[in-house]
Amino acid sequence: MNRTFLRQLITFFQGMYAGIPIGLGYFAVSFAFGIQARAAGLSAFQAFLLSGTNLTSAGQFAGLAVIQSAGALATLALTQVVINLRYCLMSCALSQKLDPQTPFFHRFLMACGVTDEIFGVSISVRGRLSPYYLYGQTVVAWPGWAFGTLSGALAGNILPDSVTAALGMALYGMFVAIVVPAAKQDRKILLVVLAAALLSLIFYYTPVLSTISAGTRIILVTFLTAGTAAFLFPMNPTKEASHGRN
Amino acid sequence: MDATNIWLAIAVMASVTYAIRMLPLVILKREITEPHVRAFLHYVPYATLTAMTIPAAILDAPTLLAGLVGVSVAVLLALWRVSLVLVAAIASLAVWLVEVLL
Repeated sequence: MNRTFLRQLITFFQGMYAGIPIGLGYFAVSFAFGIQARAAGLSAFQAFLLSGTNLTSAGQFAGLAVIQSAGALATLALTQVVINLRYCLMSCALSQKLDPQTPFFHRFLMACGVTDEIFGVSISVRGRLSPYYLYGQTVVAWPGWAFGTLSGALAGNILPDSVTAALGMALYGMFVAIVVPAAKQDRKILLVVLAAALLSLIFYYTPVLSTISAGTRIILVTFLTAGTAAFLFPMNPTKEASHGRN
Repeated sequence: MDATNIWLAIAVMASVTYAIRMLPLVILKREITEPHVRAFLHYVPYATLTAMTIPAAILDAPTLLAGLVGVSVAVLLALWRVSLVLVAAIASLAVWLVEVLL
């Protein structure tokens, strides 16, 4: 064993350790996703495959809504682009934290593990980010998400209806836990959140607008509110781009 | 083509999501400096998550009351900076309690 290999191995194990709470949290939330995937008509294996290849809560959840409403594949793709656009920002930030010499295969492989939580842990390390630190987190977090989904999809049927229905709140609870602390800390985010909530309600309850599908409504509300906010409050590069919990 | 073919839907979702994560890592060598683009990318997740939660979280719950209680509990806990997993768990518990007790 040479020194470089040993250092990479230690970094990998440190990443695994940091990934334990992430994996446990993922298991709980993706259990609820598994139940909902079954309700949307997916088989347990399809739910497992969806979670294993996507590794994203909000995107998968919105995808289910599009699948359930038999939306167009283009709508499905656009929904994923808009909802997962934040990963683009995170990957941009991570790319700045890598050693510029990092080979391409690491960059391709790392991309699989860019989630809100892994990004949050990875971006907070001192100095340069080693791909092995991210791999360590990913190998612990991924099984939590994928097998949590599988368990939910398989066990969802044996749970009482009241429990299944209540677990549906878990994903929304997670979204609230991401949005609220950020809105509390930053008034501009608070304005975006209030505007998005109001606009979403208007879309949902206004006669003609209410015929728009859930996926399209989410995209429209996002572009209108985030677009207006970007126009009103541009961000200078010196300002820290990360708020609240990631 | 619609998303009723679930295998195709899964493939589309996985490819699009991977591309979004991979492209900046592979292409980007400099930081994005355009203030409007930065701001847009910064606000997008909050707008999206809100639009996904309101009104669906309240309407998807077993009853309107259960939905309102669940979301309120989640917001209150999140204001106290309770961890993500606990917020999700306690909000679900609140929905279940309203459903069973009332």
